[in-house]
Amino acid sequence: MASKVIQAFYNDDDVLMHAVKKVKAAKHHIEEVYCPFPVHGLDKAMGLAPTRIAITSFLYGCVGLTVAIVMMNYIMIEDWPQDIGGKPSFSYLENMPAFVPIMFELTVFFAAHLMVITFYLRSRLWPFKKAENPDVRTTDDHFVMEIELHDNENELKELLLNTGAVEISVSEKNSH
Amino acid sequence: MYTISNRLKIGSIILMVVGAIGIAWGFLAAPSTEAEAMEMISAHGNGHGGDHGGSVPHLDKGEGVAHGTVIEKSGSHAEDGVHVDEGHAMLHEEHVLHQLQNKPWAALYVAAFFFFMIALGVLAFYAIQRAAQAGWSPLLFRVMEGITAYLVPGGIAVFVILVLSVLHMNHLFVWMDPEVVAHDALLQGKAGYLDPTFFLIRAAIFLAGWILYREYSRKLSLAQDESDDNSNFKKNFRASAGFLVFYLISESMMSWDWIMSVDPHWFSTLFGWYIFASMFVSGITVIAMITIYLKSKGYLPEVNDSHIHDLAKFMFGISIFWTYLWFSQFMLIWYSNIPEEVTYYVTRIADYNLPFFGMVALNFVFPLLLLMNSDYKRINWFVVMTGVVILVGHYMDIFNAIMPATVGDQWFIGIPEIGAILFFAGAFIFWVFKALASAPLQPKRNPFIEESKHFHY
Repeated sequence: MASKVIQAFYNDDDVLMHAVKKVKAAKHHIEEVYCPFPVHGLDKAMGLAPTRIAITSFLYGCVGLTVAIVMMNYIMIEDWPQDIGGKPSFSYLENMPAFVPIMFELTVFFAAHLMVITFYLRSRLWPFKKAENPDVRTTDDHFVMEIELHDNENELKELLLNTGAVEISVSEKNSH
Repeated sequence: MYTISNRLKIGSIILMVVGAIGIAWGFLAAPSTEAEAMEMISAHGNGHGGDHGGSVPHLDKGEGVAHGTVIEKSGSHAEDGVHVDEGHAMLHEEHVLHQLQNKPWAALYVAAFFFFMIALGVLAFYAIQRAAQAGWSPLLFRVMEGITAYLVPGGIAVFVILVLSVLHMNHLFVWMDPEVVAHDALLQGKAGYLDPTFFLIRAAIFLAGWILYREYSRKLSLAQDESDDNSNFKKNFRASAGFLVFYLISESMMSWDWIMSVDPHWFSTLFGWYIFASMFVSGITVIAMITIYLKSKGYLPEVNDSHIHDLAKFMFGISIFWTYLWFSQFMLIWYSNIPEEVTYYVTRIADYNLPFFGMVALNFVFPLLLLMNSDYKRINWFVVMTGVVILVGHYMDIFNAIMPATVGDQWFIGIPEIGAILFFAGAFIFWVFKALASAPLQPKRNPFIEESKHFHY
């Protein structure tokens, strides 16, 4: 089933913000907004749920810390507890200060990299991915708000023109 | 305009009176003869003083041996905490007497310095906000100026204790004792710097510099409210930038003088930064707590969640910075285990195990876990609770810095220590809130005040 979307072009982020608020107030569902740069407060205006990526990062950090501790406890204390320069290798705790730099770095390493990978997966970003922006100008100086059409083309057009759109186009929905 | 509430006034006076009684009790209860001192020790049974004078049972073999060597080398130097048995039996009783006599003095000194350093930490934060032209903080400038008002009485209290030390009223600083220096080659080598007169001159210069900047900046800040141009603001900016240069140098030297020199055989290069981090985070915590208090009373209507959020971020970040310095100092010394510097930590781990490691938990683990979540940084009671933990932790930090060298294994957090905390807490509250009541709580003509009012994170 082919569904259509209406795309409203704006050339100012303040106008865009007001438009988003108006469209939300008129109870239309905004499919997507394409911006050349982050617009502060746009997610709030659109009513997007807050990100949970910081929580995943914390959990990844815990994993990294555990990996560091288990690894060094096995290698340095359990498997082959050598006397290296008089360091006490009798228990993990006794030799812990020497392990802290690695514990710290692995925590940061896991927290950072796994969070970035999570971000790529959730945002569906990878090399050779086909770009999704509906108009090349959205990467330079134009903003596009995309709303799905349900036989209300004229009504929506009027509403969007009133919000200060500089251009309006109707197209088939591009499915990704 | 804020007026100090009667309850707060009476409360702070009660704190001071109760604290003064505690301090007086501490001095009266201190032994005056060796026999009395030994009696006190045996009356305590086998507390932490029980194994004193015997071998060194707490320590690992390696560390114990290393420490013994140092004690032997340092000759008659009696203030090094853990004692090793050979040839020291004669000294032991005199040693314990000195430690017990030091107890009320050290308790007084730790508390006096702790509350003074809060005001000094706030002053550094204030100067940074001014020099950085921060847009979020001008609403809090009067709160910070109120806290730094304590620099004058607090600085005088610390200075008086230092003068009394130089006058040999106590044995907090062993290098002030000519008898000790005469038998100690190391201290003779440092005598050029650790000279009682020079020490007091330095202290006077540091205090004068800090107080001068504070008073000057406060004057300009109040004048800016009444003026019709921004010249006072610009002068304040220049003064703050200049002060920060002076502060960086003087704070570092102050930490060698007032804190590191209680262990005159020991030295550490990052000690100045370490003490700075401690005072900085305590200061920021107190700013947050007093701001929350005043806001809860309706005196800071323009301060919003985001201001508290920013302060809590600073509490979180600087707590981790403190831990970084604490650990860097500890790990470098632990790793190389050079006898002449490792004694510092040997005595602390042997005699102060719980306060020493407990402080790391209070100053690192609690703020890390409690203030990591962005939402928690906006919940006032959460910030206050974490703030209390941080302040207790940094009191313990100063306690751990001073006590091992002055009272050794005779430490206890009893009436003299708590009395001193209560006394200076009362003085701090009284003075700070009196200063807060002396000017409007919101600057009128600060160029950044509008930005600060609409600050939103």
